[in-house]
Amino acid sequence: MPNLDKWGISLNLSFIFFLLTGGSLTKLAYYSTVQHKVARVRSFDHSGKDIENEPLYEISVQEEITARLHFIKFENTYIETCLDFIKDHLVNTETKVIKATGGGAYKFKDLIEKKLGLKVDKEDVMTCLIKGCNFVLRNIPHEVFAYQKDSDTEFRFQTNHPNIFPYLLVNIGSGVSIVKVETEDKFEWIGGSSIGGGTFWGLGALLTKTKKFDELLQLASKGQHTNVDMLVKDVYGGAYQTLGLSGNLIASSFGKSTTADKGIGPSGTIQLQCFILWQGEVQALFLRHEGYLGAIGAFLKGAEQDNPNQYSWGENYAGSSGLMSTSPDVYPMQRTRSGTFDMLEMDRLERPLVNLPLLKDPSTYIPDTVDLTDDAMARKYWLTCFEEALDGVAKRAAASQPDSIDALQRAEKFRQKYWNKLQTLRQQPFAYGTLTVRSLLDTREHCLNEFNFPDPYSKVKQKENGIALKCFQSVIESLDSLGWEERQFALVKGLLAGNVFDWGAKAVSDVLESEPQFGFEEAKSKLQGRGSSAAVEGPPHKCALIFADNSGIDIILGVFPFVRELLSRGTEVILACNSGPALNDVTYSESLIVTERIAAMDPVIQSALREEKLLLVQTGSSSPCLDLSRLDKGLAVLVRERKTDLVIIEGMGRAIHTNYYAALKCESLKLAVIKNSWLADRLGGKIFSVIFKYEVPCK
Amino acid sequence: NEQINGPAFFFPWFGLDIGGTLVKLVYFEPKDITAEEEEEEVENLKSIRKYLTSNVAYGSTGIRDVHLELKDLTLCGRKGNLHFIRFPTHDMPAFIQMGSEKHFSSLHTTLCATGGGAYKFEQDFRTMGDLQLCKLDELDCLIKGVLYIDSVGFNGHSECYYFENPTDAERCQKLPFNLENPYPLLLVNIGSGVSILAVYSKENYKRVTGTSLGGGTFFGLCCLLTGCSTFEEALEMASHGDSTKVDKLVRDIYGGDYERFGLPGWAVASSFGNMMSKEKRESVSKEDLAKATLITITNNIGSIARMCALNENINRVVFVGNFLRINTISMRLLAYALDYWSKGQLKALFLEHEGYFGAVGALLELLDSA
Repeated sequence: MPNLDKWGISLNLSFIFFLLTGGSLTKLAYYSTVQHKVARVRSFDHSGKDIENEPLYEISVQEEITARLHFIKFENTYIETCLDFIKDHLVNTETKVIKATGGGAYKFKDLIEKKLGLKVDKEDVMTCLIKGCNFVLRNIPHEVFAYQKDSDTEFRFQTNHPNIFPYLLVNIGSGVSIVKVETEDKFEWIGGSSIGGGTFWGLGALLTKTKKFDELLQLASKGQHTNVDMLVKDVYGGAYQTLGLSGNLIASSFGKSTTADKGIGPSGTIQLQCFILWQGEVQALFLRHEGYLGAIGAFLKGAEQDNPNQYSWGENYAGSSGLMSTSPDVYPMQRTRSGTFDMLEMDRLERPLVNLPLLKDPSTYIPDTVDLTDDAMARKYWLTCFEEALDGVAKRAAASQPDSIDALQRAEKFRQKYWNKLQTLRQQPFAYGTLTVRSLLDTREHCLNEFNFPDPYSKVKQKENGIALKCFQSVIESLDSLGWEERQFALVKGLLAGNVFDWGAKAVSDVLESEPQFGFEEAKSKLQGRGSSAAVEGPPHKCALIFADNSGIDIILGVFPFVRELLSRGTEVILACNSGPALNDVTYSESLIVTERIAAMDPVIQSALREEKLLLVQTGSSSPCLDLSRLDKGLAVLVRERKTDLVIIEGMGRAIHTNYYAALKCESLKLAVIKNSWLADRLGGKIFSVIFKYEVPCK
Repeated sequence: NEQINGPAFFFPWFGLDIGGTLVKLVYFEPKDITAEEEEEEVENLKSIRKYLTSNVAYGSTGIRDVHLELKDLTLCGRKGNLHFIRFPTHDMPAFIQMGSEKHFSSLHTTLCATGGGAYKFEQDFRTMGDLQLCKLDELDCLIKGVLYIDSVGFNGHSECYYFENPTDAERCQKLPFNLENPYPLLLVNIGSGVSILAVYSKENYKRVTGTSLGGGTFFGLCCLLTGCSTFEEALEMASHGDSTKVDKLVRDIYGGDYERFGLPGWAVASSFGNMMSKEKRESVSKEDLAKATLITITNNIGSIARMCALNENINRVVFVGNFLRINTISMRLLAYALDYWSKGQLKALFLEHEGYFGAVGALLELLDSA
């Protein structure tokens, strides 16, 4: 079990579960509490002190314990090693029973009971499978994909429909079961076939010299089934036109192997093909984590007292092996690897995630603007872009922990890990679902976290927040001196100028590194194009939801004056910030401190806070981008309660890479400054062009 | 060649069904030939009649199924016997050659043929045999043939039958079934591959689905697995084998029934599933493998047929096609499986002339075209 003892993460197994397939693979699911470092901010007690030269707040790194679900798939031959591993880590557990399912539950029962001293409790396979399927459909976006035989992109991922039922689960194990799933607890077996994976393997072993499943698959990929199968064109000489059956369809499998003159070589290969002809609206869909469903489901069943279904979970890209191509010709090595040792990790999220109630159609909402699995040119650009930025990110990560003796070492490990992920994605863009700028950013955050860099920008953010706060009052004064119309433009311009200050954008971080004095006014002058005040014309809104972007100038000099203006108009404001750190984005806990400090200077903000007209919430996310279908439940509740009628989304990550095309039920304003010349080019503008998208839903 | 009755009544009357594996030929032998006609009958027509009716085997592979012959049939006002002949499709070139040598083209302007081979060999018929084929759709012919043969009966007996107590060797009985009101009907034609049709009336039917795992798969796999070379040999081997050594049953996985989903322990969970293991591969005989192949193919067809019947809301399922020829194992299994899995809702029916309905349909088309 080489990959389990990861650096800095101590495993504390509190629950384990086995799925033992009768065949060759064992799947192990366990629940661990992962101890990792998180950055925390805490406000100093400033009362009566001169705060001129003090940092704004205190940053501390603390140990936090979070729950993580691990799923591992490995060949049965490693089972003893695996049991030893579990024995070693089986601490603090009150569990006296280990759950197991599948044919192997019988086979390995004695071994497990002897080694671990735990009683083996068997669970029903299909029930587990269905539970697992429901779980991944709910918690893993881009879990489901369609397979396209004759297309550039092999896999096409689907967005998860908010209502996953009803569906038909066709489980192809050694045999085939077809189950109709209507609700979480209501499902029935409606048919099946004994011709399944076991038949392929069994027949393959009888007919060829190859005896292992993976090798049989490889062999089959090299074979030509038309030498063995009788096709429609072998019978008709062409297509069977009356029925519209193509000549290439198989009329009779193995139908040609009867004719003596067509001998099959000693190492002759066979291919079992399964033709499913769907009619109408039915589509054959596959799951990225098909192999884990049983283990996940049985785990959920066993962990019912902990009720994992009440939480939301997120796939940890750093700890999960991706989906591999089905074409062994292209990447034979990777295919073999994934067949023998494969992992999935899911982090338990602190709070449940739900749809933004204002989404126009949650079932068709796709957060990401560009699908990089589809767009080869954009993919190439972004992968290169992330590769080129990697050294800098690693350097910054190391620099963020000057007191740590092994920071350099960990930064290098991070660099290698993310580099490898990027290389995997170059070859298999679909490895983790649809490849997007968001998934690239999120993977980077996950990798940083894995090597205990919870918040590389914490000090930068702290410093910038301090500087910006000092300018707040003068910015407000100059705004207040303007006439109404002028002020609206200045506010919008300020909002956009603030957004220039973004360490996540390479073009900007270069400027900020070399010209630390680069100021708010200069940023304003760099902007290409202008916004409009359309959003604040007309009667005031009831409540505005603002998704904030960066710390420092962006939130304090850009967003807050705008918030203040909205409040003065009588519009309530919900300010949503990330739950966890991502780049230099302002986090919820930072926003609390910043707001408190602004309130101390500004009576409008102060009274709004007191009267709960300005509400600070967390998004539930730790991503530089924004998925409106996975937001903190508290936020959603508040949005509904306050009858939110305006949504403002700010920044490249949230308004361009994601949500550019998001349709909402209410008015929305998406604004960002394009800080990437390639993207600016692509959108037909210049760098530092302004995106200002004000949308009113049609009635 | 002066005939007074018009071209449709030219003898000989043939119907041809050229399938993926077998060619089925039906021949109507007129028994009411008048002396005058006999006089006029050209020499090669007479020789064809004599050749076909006086032999039961043709060449090394052609066979006349004497036991299926329909006697004293009246077709288009003529009385005669209907003969059923089959030979492998790979001997098609020899057949065309023979037709050419016997100057078949001088007798007849068109030959009605159905099956994929009617298309595939059309060119050969024209160039080698100087014969113009009348190509007919195989499913049209199949249904026409089934309805006709069932209506005339089998020499006074019922064409259609079913099995009572299909799994009980002692009590199993083949009993006649009255198919007078045939509609709606699920027709499962098991040739090299399988087609499943839902028939609502003489003209109204649709192909519901099909599977490529059919008779050709059974025979092909048996050849590869056992080294046998004929269908008969494959079936003979299968009758002495034990498929449970080869297949993985529900009880092999669960130790008994899989109660949560109501699956009995004896049901096959994974066909050939035991063959994943080396020891088990070494302990099975060729007979076991042949039996497992037969059971696999049959169960699969049964299961697809059951789902179609359920979807189409039809409870009578008629199985035809040459896969069922001398194949009581499959017929009984189909009868049992359909009954068991549908909890008695579905009935499996069989027809005596198994694989010949397409050819009969082609012959009827010929006569109808007059």
